[in-house]
Amino acid sequence: MLPWLPENISTYGQGVDNLFYAIFYITITVLILVMATLIVFLIKYRYQEGKKATYIEGSTTLEIVWTAATTVIVFVLAMFSYPQWNNIKSPTHFPENPDVVVQVSGKQFNWDMTYPGPDNEFETDDDLTLENELHVPINSVVHIRLTSIDVIHSFFVRELRLKQDALPNRFIDVWFEAIKAGRYEIPCAELCGFGHSGMLGYLNVHTQADYDAWVQERWPQ
Amino acid sequence: MHDNEHTEHHHEESFLSKYIFSLDHKMIGKQFLIYGLIMFFLGGGLALLFRWQLAYPERPLPIIGASEQYMEEGEVVTGADEMWERIYESEKEEWLEVNMPNGVVEPAFYNMLFTMHATVMVFFVVVPLLVGAFGNFLIPLMIGTRDMAFPILNMLSFWFAVLAAIIMVVGFFVPGGHAAAGWTGYTPLSADPQWTGVGSGQILWGLSLFVQGLSSLVGSINYITTIINMRAPGMTFFRMPLVIWSLFIVAILLLLAFPVLSSAIVLLVFDRLAGTTFFTATAEGGGDPLLWQHLFWFFGHPEVYILILPGMGIASELIPVFSRKPIFGYRSMVYAMIAIAFLGWVVWGHHMFQSGMRPGMGSIFMTTTMLIAVPSAIKTFNWLGTMFRGSIRFTTPMLHGIVFVSMFVIGGLSGIYMANTPVDIYFHDTYYIVAHIHYVVFGGSLFAIFGGIIFWFPKMYGRYMNDTLSKIHFWLTFIAFNCTFFPMHILGVGGHMRRISNPLQYEFLQQFEGMNIFITMSAFTLGFAQLILVFNFFWSIYKGKVAEQNPWHVNTLEWEAPTPVPHGNFDQIPTVYRGPYEYSVPGEESDWIPQTQPEHAPATGGD
Ligand code: HEM
Ligand SMILES: [Cu+2]
Ligand SMILES: [Cu+2]
Repeated sequence: MLPWLPENISTYGQGVDNLFYAIFYITITVLILVMATLIVFLIKYRYQEGKKATYIEGSTTLEIVWTAATTVIVFVLAMFSYPQWNNIKSPTHFPENPDVVVQVSGKQFNWDMTYPGPDNEFETDDDLTLENELHVPINSVVHIRLTSIDVIHSFFVRELRLKQDALPNRFIDVWFEAIKAGRYEIPCAELCGFGHSGMLGYLNVHTQADYDAWVQERWPQ
Repeated sequence: MHDNEHTEHHHEESFLSKYIFSLDHKMIGKQFLIYGLIMFFLGGGLALLFRWQLAYPERPLPIIGASEQYMEEGEVVTGADEMWERIYESEKEEWLEVNMPNGVVEPAFYNMLFTMHATVMVFFVVVPLLVGAFGNFLIPLMIGTRDMAFPILNMLSFWFAVLAAIIMVVGFFVPGGHAAAGWTGYTPLSADPQWTGVGSGQILWGLSLFVQGLSSLVGSINYITTIINMRAPGMTFFRMPLVIWSLFIVAILLLLAFPVLSSAIVLLVFDRLAGTTFFTATAEGGGDPLLWQHLFWFFGHPEVYILILPGMGIASELIPVFSRKPIFGYRSMVYAMIAIAFLGWVVWGHHMFQSGMRPGMGSIFMTTTMLIAVPSAIKTFNWLGTMFRGSIRFTTPMLHGIVFVSMFVIGGLSGIYMANTPVDIYFHDTYYIVAHIHYVVFGGSLFAIFGGIIFWFPKMYGRYMNDTLSKIHFWLTFIAFNCTFFPMHILGVGGHMRRISNPLQYEFLQQFEGMNIFITMSAFTLGFAQLILVFNFFWSIYKGKVAEQNPWHVNTLEWEAPTPVPHGNFDQIPTVYRGPYEYSVPGEESDWIPQTQPEHAPATGGD
């Protein structure tokens, strides 16, 4: 609908987009109503020779109505948001048994992507670290262990609707499941120094066959 | 009718005690006003420098930038080339050479520019103008007293602010440059010079804010005491004009919030100078980078309300006066501000949804943030209600009041997107936030400030500002403001990150090159339009049309004082008999009744 919003490629992205559009339509409606009312008032109640303003001090009924109406709208929005938020950010709500686990580590000014290798254990000999290139299969649950080795960075993939800050000496888990193959940019979204602009990695979402071939090439059996 | 003769005070005052080390709240207010306007140009100039880089990345600035021939072949063509030639030949490492060789903004310099732009605008422009200038000038006059409770503290508050500004400006010229970790100074970036290359700049940044904190502290103690103790007879709390209510609440917020920032800054300076690790996580343990964010935003969210509440107060004066109607729902306006002041303490986490704070906390902070949107909405509806069935005069101050309301609506509505945790995942740290900030702080607070300056100028200087110039400034600012900041919502929807110096490094941002150029051109227009305001301001002090005592026919007490207002403000302390918004009372001849008009006497409002 809005041409600037990039196409969503994650399983949970649609939920985010739905919320976004819900808020978009609500706020646009409110904006139009308020502006229209304002303009009508400005024209209708402009100063006119011989016409006096009407003395009105307020209206308790109206105050209650608009307080209640606003409260209800924002709370309904909040109700719809809690589950989406938990689904994306709360580790207890993540799908279990991920197909791929990768450690992503921000550093001035690159992303290190570390794969645990066939033994599925980090810090072993078969680990593989790639600079700025993240490879994942399509339609698979990917868990990211996000960390940083210096300052705060932020892992941002627009198409996934995913953003999470990476903190030094902390491992923060996030997850996604991509539903469209392709190559997507991973900018850093948190100011991290003079090289912040241009700190850029890539997410490569492969078809299962391509991904298997990539794994085969990296860890030949 | 008043004759202005007897108001001239005959006791001699030296230039120093009258204009420089003045104890008179009105002079201190004017000092803050001029201080804020000067810093406004510093902050604006910084913005134009980095806007150029965003539109034309890695291209030399106009006028001072080197020519293409010079950059490619070393051939001196323009005057600017000569300057660069001289700079490169000199032995010294020149400031320009380090920060923008050939007039091209370096990435590190870019970070410094936006950091200092925001710092200056928030702490040295908007707060000094709203709280320092309007607070000082209006509080004693509008509550009907002769001066502030503590005039010496009041003078100190201004001179602390000057000291803070000097320290802040010095920071630009120290080796390593000024602070470059954002106005939010996130740790560990700001906590260790190795991450930015910035040395004493970050310390001076902290020191300056610390001193500015002292200024706010003594100022707010003064405001609170004055408002509680020195109201004129009959001026009950619920007869106070809303702008005084807003300044009262803001003084309380400042008193409680700023010390949190000051303390955090002290810890930050320890981290940098004494080797402590309050804000850095080391393998051996130590502190936590998120601690800084909690402390900063615990101060920071109340701070953003400090930036808007007095603007709301000013708008609440302008709109009833020029609609010739009482403010709609006076008490609900007061309660909404009180609600904002309380809720403002429990929403800080909405700046940290994506920070790594426990996700459950995100849900809690979303709930409180949604709650704080409610009083904001109430206020908007009340302003509309005030205009309903009014008799609206489109004076220039009123135009600013109307724009304040409409821009605040846009800024408030965009806040809802980011208050919503899942949607904020996408919008956090994009231009969407930049749009939001500017709609509330520029579209809101600054328009209220401009309107307020024009409105109270006749009381401050005894003259009108030139209305034609004011109108030209208004329309240019209104149009250029929207052309500058509205498209930033679109950039945000496109995922354009904030705080990057070169969008063209990203494939997905190529599409926005044209929009960035458009924004920059609008920003330059916006910047230059402000020259009109400043010219008009200083010109009108000397050459403006002489104003009568109460030119807009306003009820509140400041207009009862003679013009120009003498030392001690009132010939006789006024007694207050009614609320501040008695306009168009049925059965009354005149459409305004000053607060000093006794209940049962016939109104003699109009002179
Ligand atoms: C309806 C009321 C408002 C709501 C719901 C709201 C919500 C928010 C949220 C959630 C953020 C954080 C966004 C993010 O970083 O992801 C934010 C940022 C901000 N807001 Fe508001 N806001 C409101 C009103 C205001 C007002 C009145 C002001 C100031 C006058 C203001 C100034 C700011 C500033 C300066 C930031 C950016 C801070 C930074 O990261 O540098 N907001 N707002
Ligand atoms: Cu970064
Ligand atoms: Cu906030």
